[in-house]
Amino acid sequence: MKLEVRELEKTYAAKQGPTQALLPTSFEVGDAEFVSLVGPSGCGKSTTLYLIAGLDDPTGGEILLDGERVSGPGPERGMVFQNYTLFPWLTVEENAKFAFRLETNCDYTRTSSEVMSDIGRAYSLLDLMGLTKFYHSYPRELSGGMKQRVAIARALTAKPKVLLMDEPFGALDAQTREEMQEVLLLLSRHERITTLFVTHDVEEAIYLSTRILVFSGRPGRILREIHVPFGVDRPPEIKQSREFFDLKRELLGLLAHSRSPGLDRDELLRKLVART
Amino acid sequence: MNAVASTAPPITAPRSRARLWRLRQDVPRALYYSAAIAGFGTVVAIWWWLSHSGDVESAYLPTPAVVWVTAGELFRDEVLWGDLKISFFRVTSGFLLSAAIGVPLGIWMGSFKLVEAFMQPLTEFIRYVPVPALIPILMLLFDLGELSKIMLIFVGTFFQLVLMVADEIRRVPYDLLQVSYTLGARRGEAINLVLRRAAMPGIFDALRLCNGWAWTYLVVAELIAANEGLGYRVLKFYRFVQTPKIFVYLILLGAVGLLIDFAFRKFNQRLFHWADTTKR
Repeated sequence: MKLEVRELEKTYAAKQGPTQALLPTSFEVGDAEFVSLVGPSGCGKSTTLYLIAGLDDPTGGEILLDGERVSGPGPERGMVFQNYTLFPWLTVEENAKFAFRLETNCDYTRTSSEVMSDIGRAYSLLDLMGLTKFYHSYPRELSGGMKQRVAIARALTAKPKVLLMDEPFGALDAQTREEMQEVLLLLSRHERITTLFVTHDVEEAIYLSTRILVFSGRPGRILREIHVPFGVDRPPEIKQSREFFDLKRELLGLLAHSRSPGLDRDELLRKLVART
Repeated sequence: MNAVASTAPPITAPRSRARLWRLRQDVPRALYYSAAIAGFGTVVAIWWWLSHSGDVESAYLPTPAVVWVTAGELFRDEVLWGDLKISFFRVTSGFLLSAAIGVPLGIWMGSFKLVEAFMQPLTEFIRYVPVPALIPILMLLFDLGELSKIMLIFVGTFFQLVLMVADEIRRVPYDLLQVSYTLGARRGEAINLVLRRAAMPGIFDALRLCNGWAWTYLVVAELIAANEGLGYRVLKFYRFVQTPKIFVYLILLGAVGLLIDFAFRKFNQRLFHWADTTKR
């Protein structure tokens, strides 16, 4: 599996004139890699992900998946969104098996035992996510963390070549978030899933990734590429390690610089205090 | 300092009476139904008082007791049941015709911008043409039989329904469409497996409202050369100043409407139990 992004570019038409969301950007993602895109909000990291998913059209450049040019969305590029996107009229298991209902994913040359093993895999994924007791629950009965776990299982049953995740844990509380990170680590280690992960949480990016692409503020471009030195086995304790801490500080420093020149907060604060 | 502290109001749960008036919050079920019955009771009380006060001519406003007795007579009569049957047939035929064409068309209009552009302004335009003004044309086109009456109810409800269904389709979160695409859904599948399913509770609710309008257009429909039906009978009673009978029929019309509405709601809750009802 190889994902190549070449000179990818996006400009939005707006009333005040065209807005550049993403300057020509190139990078590659290899097999079983976990690559995070981090950067300040509006830096084009989500735009990049939507372009790769085919949910938005680039104004320039191209995306190649195993050498084939990508246009439009498809099941080989699964996506998990920041918002909860489970189909509310389907139960957990029906949601997880949704891909099987679609024509594209039906290969009539396969034997029934092959199909059965796919269905079995959907249930195994749910079990791994700790959802065994919730097969027949509807999304409105689930917590936010559970909904996202079902969403990940649903994306994986379509057997995507690359899993795209757009701040999937952004709406979750800190504790649930950590649990989800460990589940995700477990998955990518055992299933060797290639993942492209958008987050603004530096710690999350370091803990999960093999590589991190740091984006600059608008208009977005890649500022730096960082290889995370940790191996596949990552107990949560590594977050307390010296190496982790140094990396985090380096990244935070980069991000502080990448922010678009903003307000003079000190001056504004002085004014506020003077009036209180 | 101690004195100041002790005068501060104690922090307790809000008193129960205040809790009944919290914005949009539920109240006990029994109290809810009691209030609903009290609503009807108030109207009956005002009616009773007005009809006994002597300020209003009794030929125009009969007392509740007179209406009650008249109702007893009418319900034993076959005419009322015949009227109810034919009116129900007209309303339901017009409504079903509306639904059968309006729902698919609305789904189509809500799904494709080009269809919307082609049909929406046109539909809005026709919607504002007063339905009673169409009676002559409907009589000429569909003759004086049942068809012209059914068509009037159809015309009265169809255009509203199409617009409401299209709105329900547009209200489906775009995220759901996008996620289905990334799982491999094609356009037709996205409409059938996502848009249509997600919008169904809303469409069902639109049908409920639409059925209500169908009943209100009944009286207009029965202006067309009818010789039976609830609406027709009311007009006939009017001509002979039989006000108690008018009252019986009006109450019957209201009761039938309420019953159908209730059935729709129950059916909706049953069918779409997965929906988050707090938003509706």
